[in-house]
Amino acid sequence: MPREKIDRITAEHRWFLDQFNYHILVCAGLGCPGNDDILRALGQTVRNRQLTDEVLIRKVGCMGLCSAGPLVLIRPGDLMYQKVQPEDAEEIIASLGKKPVERLLLSPDLAFFTRQHKNVLRLSGRIDPESLPDYLVAGGYQALLQALFAMQPTDILRCIQESGLRGRGGAGYPTGLKWSTVARAQGSPKYLICNADEGDPGAFMDRSLLESTPYAILEGMTVAAYAVGASEGFIYVRAEYPLAVQRLKRAIRDAEQNNLLGHSICGSNLNFRVQIRLGAGAFVCGEETALIRSIEGRRGLPRPRPPYPAEKGLRGRPTLINNVETYANIPSVITNGPEWWARLGTDKSRGTKVFALTGTIRNTGLIEVPMGMPLREIVYDIGGGLPGGHALKAVQTGGPSGGCIPAALLDTPVTYESLNELGSIMGSGGMIVIDDSASMVDIVTYFMAFCRDESCGKCTPCRVGTAQIHNLLTKFQNRKATMADLEMLEWLCDLVRNTSLCGLGQSAPNPVLSALRFFRQEFLDCILTDQNHEEVRP
Amino acid sequence: MTTPILTLTIDGKEVSGLAGETILQVARENGFFIPTLCWLDGLTSAGSCRLCMVEIKGSAALHPACITLIQEGMAVTTSSERLLRYRRAIIELLFSERNHVCAVCVVNGHCELQTLAQQLGIDHISFPGLYPDLPVDASHPRFVIDHNRCILCTRCVRVCGEIEGAHTWDVKNRGVRSQIVADFDTPWGDSTTCTGCGKCVHVCPTGALFEKGKSVAEMFKKPLGLPYLKAIRDLGV
Repeated sequence: MPREKIDRITAEHRWFLDQFNYHILVCAGLGCPGNDDILRALGQTVRNRQLTDEVLIRKVGCMGLCSAGPLVLIRPGDLMYQKVQPEDAEEIIASLGKKPVERLLLSPDLAFFTRQHKNVLRLSGRIDPESLPDYLVAGGYQALLQALFAMQPTDILRCIQESGLRGRGGAGYPTGLKWSTVARAQGSPKYLICNADEGDPGAFMDRSLLESTPYAILEGMTVAAYAVGASEGFIYVRAEYPLAVQRLKRAIRDAEQNNLLGHSICGSNLNFRVQIRLGAGAFVCGEETALIRSIEGRRGLPRPRPPYPAEKGLRGRPTLINNVETYANIPSVITNGPEWWARLGTDKSRGTKVFALTGTIRNTGLIEVPMGMPLREIVYDIGGGLPGGHALKAVQTGGPSGGCIPAALLDTPVTYESLNELGSIMGSGGMIVIDDSASMVDIVTYFMAFCRDESCGKCTPCRVGTAQIHNLLTKFQNRKATMADLEMLEWLCDLVRNTSLCGLGQSAPNPVLSALRFFRQEFLDCILTDQNHEEVRP
Repeated sequence: MTTPILTLTIDGKEVSGLAGETILQVARENGFFIPTLCWLDGLTSAGSCRLCMVEIKGSAALHPACITLIQEGMAVTTSSERLLRYRRAIIELLFSERNHVCAVCVVNGHCELQTLAQQLGIDHISFPGLYPDLPVDASHPRFVIDHNRCILCTRCVRVCGEIEGAHTWDVKNRGVRSQIVADFDTPWGDSTTCTGCGKCVHVCPTGALFEKGKSVAEMFKKPLGLPYLKAIRDLGV
């Protein structure tokens, strides 16, 4: 029985891990430079000191605090060393079982770690992303076994619906509702897609998840496939994420070899295969209908909905399409039950959310907090405030589709609703902290240039409108704008928002509208006041 | 099996249509004017020009009439003040996008873009022109493509792929830099797939595609045979 095989692998690997007195975990994410050298130096030192039977050196996924990277974690004891260099290897190994290396030590009660609530990131930075046994020892694939052998597809659908999980890709559509629509839709085969085409500037949640816990995403997808009756899955990931792709490929191969993917998974009647599709970097391919066209091998252009992909998606068949983080949430919802899960977060925005904290902030990195946490706590407690005596001006969420939340509204809880009310969006989780030295006009001009370049060019308002808005904004930047330009800017934003075809166009004016709402004076300051009347000569 | 008949109101008037028909079809049958540019009878709808946007009671968003199917009890508004403002602005955006100079255009007087602008009462373009530097490809023995007059409605792309079956045309680049290309961006005259049928020329709503030898205002377009061609193709004759 494959179930026994899983138990055997788990037991053997646990026995193997328990042989060692010390585990040294080294962050091996794409964001930590030089971690290969650190791994090599640590390994060499251990060999030189003939400690290979006592010390196990492992590469793990992202530990979160990227600004202090590369990070090294010593277990047991959970000592975390920051900004480790290969030269520090001797000292670290020598200190094992003795006094820790004070100069590198990162305080364990740093608010960055204590204030977070890790659910999706629970295993990130704790297990080897390329090792299936590691994931199994950490409790992986228990959700899938439970789903396959103790639950009917309808039970899973009810479980997801009761949990109140909402899509983590940006729009926050109720996941349970989407799943039941696909489950009920007529047509076969049904397809399942994982949207890993993360394109927002400053966002790296999906990349880190794929690099740190690829098996959790595969497990979430497999549970979803069982629930909705899909037989084929695709992971659409950007080609700009080579490490994520490499680890995913390996995870898929290992899962297939161990009967956790493929034909008759774990001896059940579920057949589910997963393939990787690489995106060529077009932002619009993160829009679901464009993404589907891209998987079909055509030009990535969105199409009007309805029909929604749940009814007519890939190759005209019912298709379930969710974000990476949504799938990563599934195992914990299944194993802990919907009630446990629903207790996290607020009434309408439940669970936790992963954010990529960047910008002018001390602790940049990957964080996970319960929904409803005020922005102030994220910025000042977890983020550690702004460095270099800068004052906070705004927090940008949702990337080029979102908006800015000014410092005055920093007590806003982070939920789908409250951010929408302020004209921003939750988005996929990019959170950029902006200090008082930055000009809002510059920031929105940057985002509008991004939208102009990433517009697919299919519909008129987005194609020409974004170019016109960008040109107007450069006029503001050059302090050559007039009041009429401000009026036209607002009118164009209204036009693009209301008449564009897809979500990219409809949300492209959001950064401008939000900046105009909270920082209007900055735009007024750019307006030409003393018109230089030039003499006209014939 | 009979198709159910649905009733709905368009601008307050009660009308009926068959299930599966679009708002645009029913509206046109009943004499309502909804402007369109990318839509053409006989081609698949792209829903991309955004001129046919209508309001539907109970929905805050605007819907493209060429794609939205009618539903029982729907209340559609085709021409509110808000819609007219948007439509004018979209036409103005199209004019501002490329170098549209009617006075020297081969289709002056028979241009769909020009006609719509006149119908919607546009007498000036409020947006500054982008004036891109675009080529004119006259390498084909009989036809010319002038990108300066192209509005990227993709009618030529669709007619070539869907009716002629050649798929010579497609779009390169994205956003405002999009451009119609023949084959893999070769000069039209060197295209190995073009059959020279001229359908693209006749579905083109502007003077972007025209026959050689025609001077200002001399080019007339005749796209009306398309539904007939499509019916023949569907029958497999």
